[in-house]
Amino acid sequence: MITLKVNGKERSVDVSPDTPLLWVLRENFQLTGTKFGCGMALCGACTVHLDGEAVRSCVTPVSRAVGKEVVSIEGLSPEYSRPLQQAWIAEDVPQCGYCQSGQIMAAAVLLRDRANPTDEDISIGMAGNVCRCGTYQRIRRAIHLAAQLKAQGGAK
Amino acid sequence: MSTMVNCSRRHFLKASALAGGGLILGVHIPGLNGLAKAAEQGISTFVPNAFLRIAKDGSVTVMGNHSEMGQGAYTSGAMTIAEELDADWTKIRVEPAPVDPAYNHLVYGVQITGGSTSTWSEWDRLRKAGAAARHMLLTAAAQTWNVDPATCRTENGHVMHAGSQRRLSYGELVEKASTLTPPQNVTLKDPKDFKIIGKALKRLDTPDKTNGKAVFGLDVNVPGMLVAVVARPPVFGGTLKSFNADKTRAVPGVRHVVAIERGVAVVADGFWPAKLGREALEIVWDEGPLAALDSRTQRELYAGLAEKTGAVARKEGDAVSGLSNATKTLEAIYDLPYLAHATMEPMNCVADVRADSCEIWVGTQFQSGDRDAAAKDTGLKPEQVKLHTTMLGGGFGRRSPLDSHVVREAVQISKAVKVPVKVIWTREDDMRGGYYRPRAYHTVSAGLDANGIPVAWQQRIVCQSIFVGTPFEPAIVKNGVEETAVEGAADLPYDIPNLLVDWQQAPGGVPVFILRSVGHSHTAFVVETFMDELAHAAGKDPFEFRRALLDKHPRHKRVLELVAEKAGWGQALPDGRGRGLALHEAFGSFVAQVAEVSLSRQGSLRIHRVVCAIDCGPVVNPDIVHAQMEGGIVFGLTAALYGEITFENGRVKQRNFHDYPMLRINEMPEVEVHIVPSTEKMGGVGEPGVPPIAPAVANALFALTGKRIRQLPIRAEDLQPI
Repeated sequence: MITLKVNGKERSVDVSPDTPLLWVLRENFQLTGTKFGCGMALCGACTVHLDGEAVRSCVTPVSRAVGKEVVSIEGLSPEYSRPLQQAWIAEDVPQCGYCQSGQIMAAAVLLRDRANPTDEDISIGMAGNVCRCGTYQRIRRAIHLAAQLKAQGGAK
Repeated sequence: MSTMVNCSRRHFLKASALAGGGLILGVHIPGLNGLAKAAEQGISTFVPNAFLRIAKDGSVTVMGNHSEMGQGAYTSGAMTIAEELDADWTKIRVEPAPVDPAYNHLVYGVQITGGSTSTWSEWDRLRKAGAAARHMLLTAAAQTWNVDPATCRTENGHVMHAGSQRRLSYGELVEKASTLTPPQNVTLKDPKDFKIIGKALKRLDTPDKTNGKAVFGLDVNVPGMLVAVVARPPVFGGTLKSFNADKTRAVPGVRHVVAIERGVAVVADGFWPAKLGREALEIVWDEGPLAALDSRTQRELYAGLAEKTGAVARKEGDAVSGLSNATKTLEAIYDLPYLAHATMEPMNCVADVRADSCEIWVGTQFQSGDRDAAAKDTGLKPEQVKLHTTMLGGGFGRRSPLDSHVVREAVQISKAVKVPVKVIWTREDDMRGGYYRPRAYHTVSAGLDANGIPVAWQQRIVCQSIFVGTPFEPAIVKNGVEETAVEGAADLPYDIPNLLVDWQQAPGGVPVFILRSVGHSHTAFVVETFMDELAHAAGKDPFEFRRALLDKHPRHKRVLELVAEKAGWGQALPDGRGRGLALHEAFGSFVAQVAEVSLSRQGSLRIHRVVCAIDCGPVVNPDIVHAQMEGGIVFGLTAALYGEITFENGRVKQRNFHDYPMLRINEMPEVEVHIVPSTEKMGGVGEPGVPPIAPAVANALFALTGKRIRQLPIRAEDLQPI
């Protein structure tokens, strides 16, 4: 039995320790907001936070998450989820939407490290996340907006 | 699919042209048996027809019969209904439609999403559906108040009585309206009175796509469900000879190993044990006739086919003598590769096959085909198959295969193991799983007269057929020419007196299918880069050269002029930048794009800015049009810079996003979109943004390097100046 702390709650699961965290979240805990895209850490659709850092859960063995705080899109702190989701809606970012959980999880870490990110910061911080629908221009705008909302404390 | 569109679209638009200006129109909106009965019994909801229902709380549920795959079909369909219903937009939600003839595509005759048709093909039907419901609600209120309906009006989800200031919400009228007979005729609004259509309303599906709640096929969980991955032949057309699953069965979590039509399925408690189990399989394949397929020898084969006359797609004047009489002639050969859709959500399907029923959950573009395929594989009647459409994590044509192979895998496995099964394709399965945009080899020659005016154009296209041998063949293959192979070339808009376009069908075997913009994805590249070459040879400006040849095509000309104006065509650029343009009509819409590019000292290409102009006729939601242009440009750029599926020893070489890369945010140009205000025929927007970008970039590169690009993706050597 492996015990994890996911979105603030202790949860136990009986899987092989080499099982990627992605599949434990999706199949054992029914946290399906985290997506499978490539299985090789190439697309970012599976991005979650492990002790506050963005990781690719598709290549993270569940054993590596033991004793750490795992946060998925469903548990993202309102400090970040509110401005980001509000900005994503204001810019109407998603098309198919499949990559967007990963985009938002990556953007949350970017905003934590860079309260007022430049275009260059966004290009570097978000380059690991693929969007096949091509919403990049809106993602960029939404991150700038989320930074403003967060700074104003206006997103409620 | 444009033949299907074109042949019936004319008829459709003739009918819908009557719809402008608030004329009285007959209503022929099918009801839906199940829903109608529920309404008769409970009267908890008002179900005026198959496309909407209204609950007592005033909420309006619109049935989405065109799948939502990112293109905004749910929102634009709901806006179309809400406009004529005078609904309160905040109370609108969309639910995926079940499989029923009531929801068949009005042009294709089956329940399918594709061909950039969702908005224009439903324009008339959805408006009437909303107007009929509004009429019944208004009548119900007038009867309740015992007043003349002419003294009542509707606004924002309410009926109001002019004389008495009384008002009733639609929710309050549900019971009464349910007792009324739907009207025979309705009046549609004059477009000048539109309050919802034409507005950049926010998409209805956005909130759930920002918090992880949107349910895609891969997210479906059914009690008792197992997960399957399938080992498929390494070569297209290969078959299973034998397999040994001893090691697979020893993997903890693996429950079943079963042979199905397409290979060997490993069924397990979850994805990971299923994948490990598949890796442990020992399989002997018969690799079949394509075991030696190689992209280099295939090019030689195509080049040989291009020597022979093909089936004629368009003939005007005499291209051969036109060329021999020309003052100057140019010729070129183009080779454009197979492309993969690479939807972000890999293929998947959940099936639960029982003795007397089959339930399916899938993000599909082709509900009725999938339902019928499941019925065939289970031996059940179609009405015993219940299909739930989920959100689609990208479609681009990949989720409408006519053989329903993904659904059939899930159905065959569930039938064999007798529990619900979710089939998951890995990214590698998907990349190597076929249904590609066909490789296309073009030869083209053109001649200019002494004034630099083009007098002859001859183009031959060699590629596989998508539809020969399918039920759609009669609609799409005419006189031996498959429309999807020649669209965008056979309808060359430029006024050239001697013209010949023909098609040589390449041998089949590699599964090919429609991919966002279909034939236009290769024809636009050839036509628009070669036009640029002709302009240069004539010593003329590429914009002016095209413009002079478009007198018979005002919509082409208008977007060309608009894009030139907005892009500052002819004005000086910063040092080191090149500018290129392209123009193309596809799916009833007209798009022109100007790309600005530069090359770094190391020879890497940067696309700085893309200006896009579109005329798609009347617009339901301008922000969705913008989004589709932005997304189409990224899709086309990704193909131009990176997209290439190749074969060696019969096997697809590419596996994942490292060797089939996607454009990323750090490469994203600034895109600006301009919509031509238009009352012309309505066209589509999901695909037409794709075709012009690759030629616009190639033409911009020529301006920098002096080199013409004749194959895609763009290679490093293309970026070195002559």
